[in-house]
Amino acid sequence: MNPRYDVLVIGAGVVGCSVARELSRYRLSIGVLEKGPDVCMETSSRNSAVLHAGYNNKTGSLMAKFCVEGNRTFDQAAKELDIPYRRTGKLVVGFTDEDREKLEGLKEQGERNGIEGIKIVERDFIDRKAPYVGGNFAMWSPTTAILSPFQFTFGMAENAASNGARFFFDSEVTGITHGHFHGSSFVPDFQAQAGEKSSEAASGAYDPDGGYLVETKSGQFFCRWVINCAGLGSDKISSMLGIDEYTLYPCRGEYFILDRNLSHMLPLPAYPVPNIKTGGLGIHLTPTLDGNIMVGPSTEYIDSREDYSATQAVMDMLIEDGGRIFPYLKKESFIRNFAGIRPKLAPPGVGGFHDFVIERRDSLAPHAVNLVGIESPGLTSAVPIAHEVIRLMKEVEPLAENPDFNPIRRRIVTFRDKSPEEQARLIAENPDYGDIICRCETITKAEVLAAIRGPLGAKTVTGVKYRCRAMMGRCQGGYCQPKITELLMEEKGIRPEDLTYERRGSYLFTGEVREK
Amino acid sequence: MNVIQKQVIIIGGGPGGLAAAAELKKKGVEQILILEREHTPGGILRQCIHDGFGLTRFGETLSGPEYAQRFIDQVHELGIEIVTDATVIGLTEDRLVTAASRNGLLQYQADAVILTMGCRERTRGALSIPGERPSGVFTAGTAQAYINLKNKMVGKNVIILGSGDIGMIMARRMTLEGAHVQAVFEIQPYPSGLPRNIEQCLNDYHIPLYLSHTVTNIKGHNRLEAVTVSQVDEHLKSIPGTEKEYACDTLILSVGLIPENELSLMAGVTLDPRTKGAVVDEAYQTSVPGIFAAGNVLHVHDLVDFVSLEAERLADSVAAYLEHGLTPAEISIETEGLIGYTVPQKISGTRDVTLSFRPRKPMRDCWVEIRQDDTCLVRKKYSRLLPAEMENISLPADKLVSKSRIKVVTSIE
Amino acid sequence: MNRTMTCILCPNGCEMNLEYEEKELISVSGNRCPKGAGYAEQEIKNPMRSIASSVLVEGGDLPLCSVRLSAPIPRERIPEVMTEIRKLHAFAPVHIGDVLLPHVLGLDSDVIATRNIEKQN
Repeated sequence: MNPRYDVLVIGAGVVGCSVARELSRYRLSIGVLEKGPDVCMETSSRNSAVLHAGYNNKTGSLMAKFCVEGNRTFDQAAKELDIPYRRTGKLVVGFTDEDREKLEGLKEQGERNGIEGIKIVERDFIDRKAPYVGGNFAMWSPTTAILSPFQFTFGMAENAASNGARFFFDSEVTGITHGHFHGSSFVPDFQAQAGEKSSEAASGAYDPDGGYLVETKSGQFFCRWVINCAGLGSDKISSMLGIDEYTLYPCRGEYFILDRNLSHMLPLPAYPVPNIKTGGLGIHLTPTLDGNIMVGPSTEYIDSREDYSATQAVMDMLIEDGGRIFPYLKKESFIRNFAGIRPKLAPPGVGGFHDFVIERRDSLAPHAVNLVGIESPGLTSAVPIAHEVIRLMKEVEPLAENPDFNPIRRRIVTFRDKSPEEQARLIAENPDYGDIICRCETITKAEVLAAIRGPLGAKTVTGVKYRCRAMMGRCQGGYCQPKITELLMEEKGIRPEDLTYERRGSYLFTGEVREK
Repeated sequence: MNVIQKQVIIIGGGPGGLAAAAELKKKGVEQILILEREHTPGGILRQCIHDGFGLTRFGETLSGPEYAQRFIDQVHELGIEIVTDATVIGLTEDRLVTAASRNGLLQYQADAVILTMGCRERTRGALSIPGERPSGVFTAGTAQAYINLKNKMVGKNVIILGSGDIGMIMARRMTLEGAHVQAVFEIQPYPSGLPRNIEQCLNDYHIPLYLSHTVTNIKGHNRLEAVTVSQVDEHLKSIPGTEKEYACDTLILSVGLIPENELSLMAGVTLDPRTKGAVVDEAYQTSVPGIFAAGNVLHVHDLVDFVSLEAERLADSVAAYLEHGLTPAEISIETEGLIGYTVPQKISGTRDVTLSFRPRKPMRDCWVEIRQDDTCLVRKKYSRLLPAEMENISLPADKLVSKSRIKVVTSIE
Repeated sequence: MNRTMTCILCPNGCEMNLEYEEKELISVSGNRCPKGAGYAEQEIKNPMRSIASSVLVEGGDLPLCSVRLSAPIPRERIPEVMTEIRKLHAFAPVHIGDVLLPHVLGLDSDVIATRNIEKQN
C-alpha cells in the first residue's frame, strides 16, 4: 500500500496552498493533489490581484467575515512569506445620483462589516489620488491593496513544502472511497457492508476512525482526512465525497493587460459602482505591482470549466466600459489578454454571490472538510479560510503543534528593484545576476534558475513566468523564451518534444531541425 | 561605483552599431565602446540565414551572418572595443550608461551615445486576437531563432498571419524543413513584405497569400488545433459569414516590428508616434543633445544595407558633434497625404540631406514633392511606391528658400 | 503569351511585363536594369534559385551552422539538394566560406558555411 497521509488536500490553488501551509503548523503528514502541472494554475492566477477590503459582501456572511479578516491580517502573512503588496487604497467611482445612493449603501455595509476609514469623496479627492481616473465622486477604501497572487500562492506552497507537505502534480482525482484500515490494508465501506471480508483485509489492527482511498491519474493515495480545495472542480470532489448537492456555474472574466508605460496614470485600483446582480464587480482597472494595468473582468456564464478564450465582443466591451473610468485606454498599449473562470454557486439568472461553503458533513463524509464555491473574495480570504478548516478539524480531534514549523519563506531576489550598489554586490556574489535574460522586465539568469531550481521548481514555461516574471513584458517572451526553454531543458533534463508551455499536451517543439 | 569615461558609447552591436563604430573610428574618434547583450555581435542578422543581404552595400548577395561578419571583422581590425554579454539597463539624459554583465555592473560616462538597439516584433497580445491561448503561436522572429539558432522545430502544419518579410521567409524555411505551410493571410489589401519575397518564398512553393483576411479565432486548449480566418472589409473589420476554419498546429505571426525604445524613453528622448522611433534631425540627433539614433531603433527598415548606410551617415555627424558641435535644426518636416513619415523629422537647412520615407498605401506613377513656402524644392517620379519599401530622396541645401517648415507630399499625374 | 513577373535578383523587385512564345522571350519591359531581362529569360527557360539552410555541427558553440549554395541551381532540384544538406555533418571549428559539400548532386554549386562556429571549450 502507498504511504498513508494524515491529510490530503485536493487542489493547489491559493486556498489549497494556504490550507497546506496552515496544516503544516501541526504534526501531520500532508499531501497536496493537483490536477495541473503546477501550483496556481487556474482561478488563483487569473484574477484582478486585489486584496479586497470586504464591503461588497453581505454582513454576516463568511465572505464578509473572512475577507475583512484576510485583509486585516495580511501584513503578517506577507511578512512571513515575503509577498509583495501595496496598500494603495481603492476608488469606487460614480457618476449619477443613483450611483451615489448605491455607494452610500456600500459604505454602510462596509462599516457594518467592520471596515474602518471608508468614506464618500468628491472629485477633488479623486484629482489628488488618481487624476486620470474618471468619475464625479467616489467611495474611498483605504485598506484595499494590490498584491502578487503568484507570490502569495507560491509563497504558501513553498513554505508548506519546506515544512514537510508533499505536492503531487498531474494528479487529478478520479475517485474517493471511504473505508477502514486493517493494518496495512484498506477495506472500503461498500465491501465491508457487503460482508466481503477477505482474509488479507481482516488481518492487522483495525482503525476505528477510518479514512479514504483517493484515486488519481498518477496513482492511489490513502489518508485519514480529505480537504476539498478543488476550486472549479470542488462540486465534483464534493460529490465524490458523497455530498451530492452542489453545482458550480463557471463564469468567465476576460482581461486586458496594458504596457508599463502607462503605470504613472493609475496609482490605485479604480472600480465602477458594482451591479452585484451580474455576479462580478464590474469592469475595473487595477495597477499591478510591476506597473502594468489590468482591465476587466467581464462576467459571462459559460458551459466549460476550462475555456479561457477571449472573444471579440467582450474585448470590445472591455475597451468601452474600461474607457469610462479610464479614458486613456489605448489599443496600442495592450500587451496581452487573458481570462479567468469563477467557480460560482450562484446560478445564471440568480447572479450575485452565494456565500462560501466551508463545512464538515460527518454523516456523509467523516473526516472531510468540504470547500465549495470559493470565488471572489477567495484570494483575500485564503488564510482565514484555512484557519476555519483547522477549526473544523479540531472539533473532531486535537491537533498537536509542530515544534519545527518555520513560518519564514523568502522569494527570489529581484535584481530590478535593487539600487546600483546592491546590483553590483549581487553580481559579485553570483555572476548569473549579471546575465539579463528577459530584457523587458530586467530578469536575470539567476532569477530564472532560482525559479527552476527552487522548492517546487518550475518545469514549464508558464511556471518560470509565474515565479519570476520573465516573459511578462511587452515583447511577451519574443526575445527571451528561446533562452528560457533552453535553460529548462538543460536543468530538468527534458527532451525538446516533452517541454510544455503550460498544461499537459501544450508542447512547444515537434523535435529537432537536425537530429544528431 | 567606478565610472569609465568614453567619447562614444554605442548601445547594440547589430548592423547599425557596428557600421557606426567603424565609420567613427575612420573619422578619427578613438574612444569608442560598443555594448552588446549577446555573446557575439551581429544583432538579429545572426538568425537571418537566408540570402539577399549586401547587394546595395557590397554588390553581392550574402546571408545575414556573412553580412554581419564583414562588419565584425572591420570592427576588430580597427581595434574598436566591444563588450559582449552586457545588457544596458540604464541611460540618463546626461549620458550615464549602466550595463549589467557577468563581470559586474558597468558604468560609463559618454560624450555621445548612439542608440542602435533595433526593434522587436508585434505580438498576439498587441493584436488582441480572440480565442484560447494554446502553445504553437509564435512570432516569426522567435520561430526563426528556434529553428536557425536553437535547432528546434516549432511545428508541422502551419498558418501564417501577416505578410511581413520574416513571415514569408519562415514560410519557405519551414516548407524546406518538411512542414506544410497552408497559407499566408494579410489583413491589409496589399502585402506588407517585399514583392521578391512573395515570389521566391511563397509563389515558388505554391503557398497562397490571401489579402484582406485575418485570424479571428484561435482554438486549442493545450497545443494549437485550428484557427478561424475571416475576410475583412475596407475598415479592416471582419465580415460575418466569411469565416473559414483551418486545422493547424502552428500559427506564425509576422505582423509588424516596433523600434525598441525603452532606453531612449528612460533618457527622456521624444518619440515620433508614426515611426515609434526618436524624432531626429539630419545629424540623427534625438531631442536629447548628445544622444543619437539610427537603424531599426529609429524607424523600421526593410533592407539591412540601408541600416548600415544610415548608421554611417550618423557616424559622420557624431564625429562632427564631438569636434565642433552641430548646427541647431529648426526647420521641421511635415508629411501630407499618403506619405507616412520622414526621417529626419527636422533639419538645419545648412547641408544636403537624405530623407527616408514610406507611403501609407501602395501607389503607382506618382510624384513625391518637397515643398517650402509654396515652392517645390524637389520633385521625383516613382513608378511604384509600396509601404513595404522605404525610399530615400535627396534634398540639397541650396534648394531651400527660407527657414520655414517643409512639407513632403505626393501627387498623381 | 504575356505575363507579369517580379524580378528577385535585387530588393528593387521590379515588376516586369513579358511577352514570350514557348520558352523564347520576345520582349520585356518594367525592369530598371539589364539584369532583369536576363532573369526573365532564365525564368522562362529554367528558373534558378539559391537556398539557405542549416547543417548539424559537432563540438561547436552552437548546434547548427548556417549554410547556403554558392550559386543558384535549377528550382526543381531544391528538394533533392535539401535531402543532401540534411545528411551533412560538420565539425567545429567551421568558418564562413568553408565548402561543406562541393558540387552538390553534381551541380555547379557548393554548399558553403555562412557563419563561424568556434570550438566549444
